[in-house]
Amino acid sequence: MEAVAFAILAVVTLGGAIMVVLSQNLMRSALWLILSFFGIAGFFVLLQAEFLAVTQVLVYIGAISTLIIFAIMLSRNFMDPSEPRFNEQWGLVGGFSALLFIGLATVVTRVAWPVSAGLPPADAIQRLGIDFVTAYAVPFEVASVLLVVSMIGAIIIARDRE
Amino acid sequence: MSVQLSWYLLLAAGLFCIGGFGALTRRNAVAVLMGIELMLNAVNINLVAFWRYTNVAQMTGQVFAVFVITVAAAEAAVGLALIIAIYRQRRTVNVEEMNTMKG
Repeated sequence: MEAVAFAILAVVTLGGAIMVVLSQNLMRSALWLILSFFGIAGFFVLLQAEFLAVTQVLVYIGAISTLIIFAIMLSRNFMDPSEPRFNEQWGLVGGFSALLFIGLATVVTRVAWPVSAGLPPADAIQRLGIDFVTAYAVPFEVASVLLVVSMIGAIIIARDRE
Repeated sequence: MSVQLSWYLLLAAGLFCIGGFGALTRRNAVAVLMGIELMLNAVNINLVAFWRYTNVAQMTGQVFAVFVITVAAAEAAVGLALIIAIYRQRRTVNVEEMNTMKG
């Protein structure tokens, strides 16, 4: 049953990703990206990381994808649809990507991972919250500073200069 | 047939390679950014899969994944702001035409 869910989500995620890369229309690429993100959120649910699944939907689909669509709409340069999507190196890059995938797949299937059968703790979300303010408090604060800096930076960079 | 860890790793590897191909070959700058987001999501799948199958007691995997999402959001914001600014100046989002710093 889990394997069926995995297969369906894998088709959705990988299919969406392939369509993102191959689509001629940029807006359609963005929508396929949103579909891929939903598939990944499904994977997080399958992996019993529910908080992360909701975070994925809220941040990636709710914020980042919306930003991407904004940027697409604000940079419409009436691109000729017959203009090529890929630069002239697409064959070489495709070959290297396939090679990379084959290398990764070989390693991943050969290594004996130290799998330990166990269920996530019942208070996983509480532990996550406690971790953020105790063990990982410094990265947490640095991430907050990063978000403020990027927000200010993005506003200043994209500001209309009169 | 229960889902193995290696299935998740294979999926993430595939997603990463697809995103990498998109980031390296697309001519539109926003499409390049979309490829980068795909790669970051592949990393997230890897992190959470390793958390789930290897060390479920500690939440380190999920914490790391949340930080990756945070950094991806910050980077997407700044990257898209840059694209908008460049479009305003030069009326193009084609990465091949953004070459004024070329030697």
